[in-house]
Amino acid sequence: MLILFTRLADLVAYDLLGLNPTSRFGESIHFFIEDTAKIFVLLAVIVFLVAIVRSFFPPEKVRRFLSGKGRFVGHVMAAGLGVVTPFCSCSACPLFIGFLEAGVPLGVTFSFLISSPMVNEVALVLLFGLFGWQIALIYLVTGLVVAVVAGIVIGWLRMERFVADYVWEIRMGRGEVPVMTGKERVEYAADYVRGIMKKIWPYVIGGIAAGAFVHGYVPEGFLLRFAGPTNPLAVPMAVIFGVPLYANAAGVIPVVQALMEKGLPLGTTLAFMMAVTALSFPEMVILSQVLKKRLIWTFIGIVTAAIIMVGYLFNLIV
Amino acid sequence: MKNIEILGPGCPRCKQLAENAEKAVAELGLNVHVEKVSDMKRILARGVISTPGIAVDGVLKGSGRVYTVEDIKAMLAA
Repeated sequence: MLILFTRLADLVAYDLLGLNPTSRFGESIHFFIEDTAKIFVLLAVIVFLVAIVRSFFPPEKVRRFLSGKGRFVGHVMAAGLGVVTPFCSCSACPLFIGFLEAGVPLGVTFSFLISSPMVNEVALVLLFGLFGWQIALIYLVTGLVVAVVAGIVIGWLRMERFVADYVWEIRMGRGEVPVMTGKERVEYAADYVRGIMKKIWPYVIGGIAAGAFVHGYVPEGFLLRFAGPTNPLAVPMAVIFGVPLYANAAGVIPVVQALMEKGLPLGTTLAFMMAVTALSFPEMVILSQVLKKRLIWTFIGIVTAAIIMVGYLFNLIV
Repeated sequence: MKNIEILGPGCPRCKQLAENAEKAVAELGLNVHVEKVSDMKRILARGVISTPGIAVDGVLKGSGRVYTVEDIKAMLAA
């Protein structure tokens, strides 16, 4: 089905614009048209479907699923629910407080907080559209594993005393979010697609344009020299570069895809993308309202370590 | 006399929802106060986790979404 977009790009770039398919310029333009068309169509369709599923899992409900679940099951469920539950970083604090208040253990709450931004539908759509389903699946599974493991470690460390004191005093009200009708779910989903598109379209276009440039102009194997599997520092470097790029997750993936074509190994690529999506400076600032410094740094440290291990692991086995 | 609470820490979505609420009130010609609530204790006390939430006379009407002017009019009518 995705061949449709290749045909469309053939038509526009070679037939309409009359570009030469063997020239660098023609190839780059073709790449750009194919990928932008594909990504926007996939985003619209998949984000819509995900939003319909999401409308059944408001966080107000999810916290009740998670309270009183056995430890390991709780972590796995929290990471899984993180994928389908709506999350924006401005809800991070009420979400965190609401989970603890419902008796969800601290570590389980972190499993959710880690998976929710990292394994999101926008990243998965871009991975699926640009890298194929295998890499999207690897990303989904390793992302969940990172969320579960990091959450379990944070739980083991018994860091409850590093949660801001006032958090424990807050009591949730019994206010129930009204159940949506079918029509409202469709409206909610359409709304959600519009919101996401409005926010990320410049990044997607910019990212794909940069990717198209790399694709056409950077020599094959260029990155092998600097960031190949033989450089042990490549993975931690990728993670350090990835953290500040948070807002541009949608713009980073197309570039990374082009870089992988030029010899960036899979593990380093995965580690970079996870660092971009999982750890963000603005989210840390927001979370500092509910977490004391020590817990924030522990959180950053554990997630970073887990992501670096994912990078080394995949560089080793692929 | 009714009052509307917009429950959220003050993110762009919360502001948009507050604007829509003001508009809905004005269009209906009601004398309703739209209050922006950013205190975590009060947000959670209404049962809201995904911000922004909206409550009319203390009753939660919705959360996690920027409701349109029409949506809010319906909430006020009910």
